[in-house]
Amino acid sequence: MKTSQCDVVVVGVGGQGVILISDIIGKAAMKADLPVRGAETHGMAQRGGSVVNHIRVGCEYSAMVSPGGADVLLALEPTEALRYAEYLSPEGTALVNTKPVLPITVTTGAAEYPKLEDILGPLEILCKDLKVMDATGLAAQAGHPQAANVVMLGALSKYLPIDTETLMEALEETVPPKFLEINKKAFELGKIEVE
Amino acid sequence: MREYLLGNVAIAKGILEAGAGVVAGYPGTPSSEIVDTLAPLAKDRGLHVEWSVNEKVALEVAIGASWTGTRSAATMKHVGLNVAADPFMTLAYLGVKGGLVVISADDPYCHSSQNEQDSRRYGLFAQVPCLDPADPQEARDMTLRAFDLSEQFGVPVLVRPTTRVSHARSDVLVGSPQSRNPNPKFEKDPARRVALPVHARPLHAELLAKQEAIETALEEMPWNRLEKRGKIGVIASGIAGLYAEEAIAELDVDVSLLRIGTCPPPRKMIKDLLEHVSKVMVIEEMDPIVEEFVERAAKEHNPTIEILGKASGHIPGVGELDPLIVRNAIADTLNELKKEPLVLEDATLSILPPRPPALCPGCSHRATYYAMKKAFGKDAIFPNDIGCYTMAIQMGTVDTCLCMGASITIASGIRFGGDKKDICCVLGDSTFLHAGMPGLLNAAYNKARMTVAVLDNSITAMTGHQPNPVTGCTACGESAVPLSIEKVAKALGAGHVETTDPYDLNATVEAFKRAKEYDGLSVVVAKQTCVIEAIRSGIRRPRFRVIEDACKGCMKCIQFGCPAIEFDGEVARINALCSGCGVCAQICPHEAIEVVE
Repeated sequence: MKTSQCDVVVVGVGGQGVILISDIIGKAAMKADLPVRGAETHGMAQRGGSVVNHIRVGCEYSAMVSPGGADVLLALEPTEALRYAEYLSPEGTALVNTKPVLPITVTTGAAEYPKLEDILGPLEILCKDLKVMDATGLAAQAGHPQAANVVMLGALSKYLPIDTETLMEALEETVPPKFLEINKKAFELGKIEVE
Repeated sequence: MREYLLGNVAIAKGILEAGAGVVAGYPGTPSSEIVDTLAPLAKDRGLHVEWSVNEKVALEVAIGASWTGTRSAATMKHVGLNVAADPFMTLAYLGVKGGLVVISADDPYCHSSQNEQDSRRYGLFAQVPCLDPADPQEARDMTLRAFDLSEQFGVPVLVRPTTRVSHARSDVLVGSPQSRNPNPKFEKDPARRVALPVHARPLHAELLAKQEAIETALEEMPWNRLEKRGKIGVIASGIAGLYAEEAIAELDVDVSLLRIGTCPPPRKMIKDLLEHVSKVMVIEEMDPIVEEFVERAAKEHNPTIEILGKASGHIPGVGELDPLIVRNAIADTLNELKKEPLVLEDATLSILPPRPPALCPGCSHRATYYAMKKAFGKDAIFPNDIGCYTMAIQMGTVDTCLCMGASITIASGIRFGGDKKDICCVLGDSTFLHAGMPGLLNAAYNKARMTVAVLDNSITAMTGHQPNPVTGCTACGESAVPLSIEKVAKALGAGHVETTDPYDLNATVEAFKRAKEYDGLSVVVAKQTCVIEAIRSGIRRPRFRVIEDACKGCMKCIQFGCPAIEFDGEVARINALCSGCGVCAQICPHEAIEVVE
């Protein structure tokens, strides 16, 4: 028996706005009258470390997505997609922002950042569908590169059991008014990217 | 009303709905958001909400409030309950008047902690009830109910969320806040308020006598529920109960399930299940507490039953559980197909650069460590403590980390143990106030020759920037007299006390050199605002850049380890993360880093 309508794992780097994505989805699910669960990374992992959030829409169990159970892996950063690839269901979709955020181990020369194709290759084998996009570039096009998280949310919207209108309402309630137009545009650009 | 709430916010709602009047806590992941949520509401609702200087203090403040008849709560992380254990244990004897709830948030897997101890043991140890929520809804419901239980039995009640409850979000049904007791009064009652031996002995007997009634009441709590079905049984506590319920639904199997939300666990339900099944699996995070109860019950009620759990190796004893571990453990007992977790080959994952949490760009702690190491040399001994600054372990300046305040005391012990090397121990402002002061006093009194560095960024940063007595304001934002660490250090007996600004690198190196040469106990207070707080309060410093022609690629600035400095193979570059501390420009031997005017 399927125990959740849609399981999403959102990964990225502290500061990229991973929590905002789950916040908007959570509020939208409430509006759509769907039970919703989420799990967040706080504390030590936020200091530039990798961040992983779980969101389960239409689910009445725990907030944790089972490894191998994610319908969608939403990655705001390419290496983080591969780091958490174990969560992907073989039937799932990986949505990956191609713009790297260099970890301190790379900026100090202690490690090398891998080639994009070496990251995407294994991901392609692991899931049913891999979609990559330059979300940071699209966000810049929308008005600010920081809105890459909302570009990715726009792309994710196709896979969620919540209609766009409801997600937009939740978006409006969550982002500061002065950045609303940029975020709306970012959402649209992300949505178009997966159509 | 239904709201999408973080577990800790749901707990805060439960505290408000219970009509508590006093809430005191010390920040610690994963518990901090409870007081963070209540503090801004305190003034309007007429509550006293405080960040206490440590957990023992927080609990004792809550106890005093309870003894006036005001409902009160103390919040902390699991290791904080060790600090508060002294009042906690004897409070069970003396008892409460207004309901008193202690929230101790556990951290299986040590996401942000130094150990994964199980707070339920403290409930059993003190012989008081402990509630074990599975999700934010239960966290709110249990917190609210815990106040009633506390008053019903006259004992404190422990609520034990874990990281995956405190930092989970879900749609939570909440009610309206209630007002606090309007007629608080401390009534003199020495037999119940003064723990003299003559009072403690009968109070211990009284506590023992209450246990049966407590267990009966807990047995009937709605979070203990038994569903008798097939001849194989699962008993699961807290969040493991939710994982088990999902696994059974997903596997679509005929399994009996006992979900448990209290400690002590419900003995009658356990007996009932054990008499119904031929094999039982016990699933819980951390210690095998329910499992031990089940083993004892089985001896009495069904000695031939097969018990699977931690002792049998079916459930891991370390780390946290997840839905797949629980699913596969249940599938295994039923000879159902296990879902093989996806294991990526090492070769695939080895291309990933590690991404450890690090000090922020421009964090003054990095500069302090740099100066300290320059003055003391890498062979000196650097006992460390608990805070953001522990993350600088790769700088070679973190040699020990045990528990809050242990930097100074372990340093003293190393000195008295006979090591002759130079010693410079390090702790932050909040940790110094929490448990460092007695250690400093002890070091001065017992004549430890060493240096103590207090990294004073005037905030409790690691846990989310909570104010402390150095900050100059209270949890609720009221101004307070900012404490001087220098004056405290002098008063406690340090012979040489000096303050330095770590952004002035040379001056800080010199300050550390003087402290090192001092023949006695010296203290260096490295004072600079937390860089995140500086940005939040509107302080903007001009950024720095590398003059490419002048850069010789010596990597001195790179070795400093600031995330704002990158190396492209030939020259260094400063990226957009630069917050303008200017320390790298002082490190560069070629004057190749300049301020951007």
